[in-house]
Amino acid sequence: MASADGGAYSYSLTVFSPSGKLVQIEHALAAVSQGTTSLGIKASNGIVIATEKKSSSILIDDSMIEKVAVVCPNIGIVYSGMGPDFRVLIARARKSAQAYWRVYGEYPPTKVLTQEIATVMQEATQSGGVRPFGVSLLVAGYDIHRGPCLYQVDPSGSFWAWKASAIGKNMVNAKTFLEKRYNDDISLEDAIHTALLTLKEGFEGQMTEKTIEIGVVTVPTVEELAAGKEGGETGRPRPTFRKLTEEEVKDYLAL
Amino acid sequence: MSALEYNGGSVIAMVGKDCVAIASDLRLGTQALGISSNFQRVFPMTDRLYVGLPGLGTDVTTLYERFRYRVNMYTIKEEREINPETFAHMVSSTLYQHRFGPYFIEPVVAGLSKSPTGALKPFIAAMDLIGCINFAKDFVVAGTASSKLYGVAEGLWEPDLEPEDLFETISQTLLNAVDRDAFSGWGAVVHVITKDRVISRTLKARMD
Repeated sequence: MASADGGAYSYSLTVFSPSGKLVQIEHALAAVSQGTTSLGIKASNGIVIATEKKSSSILIDDSMIEKVAVVCPNIGIVYSGMGPDFRVLIARARKSAQAYWRVYGEYPPTKVLTQEIATVMQEATQSGGVRPFGVSLLVAGYDIHRGPCLYQVDPSGSFWAWKASAIGKNMVNAKTFLEKRYNDDISLEDAIHTALLTLKEGFEGQMTEKTIEIGVVTVPTVEELAAGKEGGETGRPRPTFRKLTEEEVKDYLAL
Repeated sequence: MSALEYNGGSVIAMVGKDCVAIASDLRLGTQALGISSNFQRVFPMTDRLYVGLPGLGTDVTTLYERFRYRVNMYTIKEEREINPETFAHMVSSTLYQHRFGPYFIEPVVAGLSKSPTGALKPFIAAMDLIGCINFAKDFVVAGTASSKLYGVAEGLWEPDLEPEDLFETISQTLLNAVDRDAFSGWGAVVHVITKDRVISRTLKARMD
């Protein structure tokens, strides 16, 4: 039965191959590496996550496509891989964040939310009747306890904290590029430019505000922290994660 | 008679200067009949956080075990100690989950919370039995002697009391209030939480 495509072991999700691999998970990773490039860079005063937004036809209204998603006021996620799978995970992540808020009166720390998402993804590798998620995620967030944090979650459900990482197509090249460019005291502004430069390396077509999505985590100042978690007239939590508008992306691309 | 008053008992918490105090009587009874003069209903949750659970005796034990479990799980999962504010919300949501068959407990939370700048800030809060939180700047009361505690505390409490003075104030408030309540008394326990340590003392009280 042994063959190049994994043979008998490639169908049952939960059966190890003799070499110790779970073939379906490897296939899921292959699906991720076909997806568009996404990357995240942790700066000294924040985090940037960015992705290429590619549409297969000029007839598609790309204002509808959202690849960087806000989970809760302090956490955002970007993905590479299968869009529909990402939608499911985002819905779960948002629910989980709100459930946490309902119990503790505050939004979850980045690590706790990442663990929660990773658990969902792990369950899809060990349950009957399902397939693994065909996405890798970059989770960026801020919390008082740990400060700004950047995590990567894979289809297997494993996750790591990164200073900078890339997922999807060209991830190897992008990571090498980031390794050359990264240093520990890079500022958020510099990190955004490095992110765009890294995306440019493997970019197919024109890089415009329509084909790039950026999300940033900003670290609140001491004054903002002292003023409390809630701000403004609405009394809602001050967001520390936000997506850049098309105008802002355009400005960064112009530089 | 209400289940909240079946076993008797009262708790009070007060804010001082960079410190908080929480105190309770030690009586457990069945209505007017005294059963124990050493029934603890104030429990430490972390080094700087205490919770008082006045109300039905059986629910005191059940809720304490529940919160102990929840706080331990939180500490492991989040790799940090729980903040008093966060703990208060957790207590509140636990109580509201049982909105239509409540635990007969009106919890009091007292502790020092770490502000974002790193300084320690006094925190006290009280709840009704379905988890409606009362965040207070001065003092909170609960239990069968709560109406009396309000009166005495209004008279004795003043802002910015040092730990020793806060101890005296909360002790006198509790002892004098429970003397006017048949279901509270029979000894008392006081905890003063400061940034360095917790001062815990057991007080003698009238035994009638």
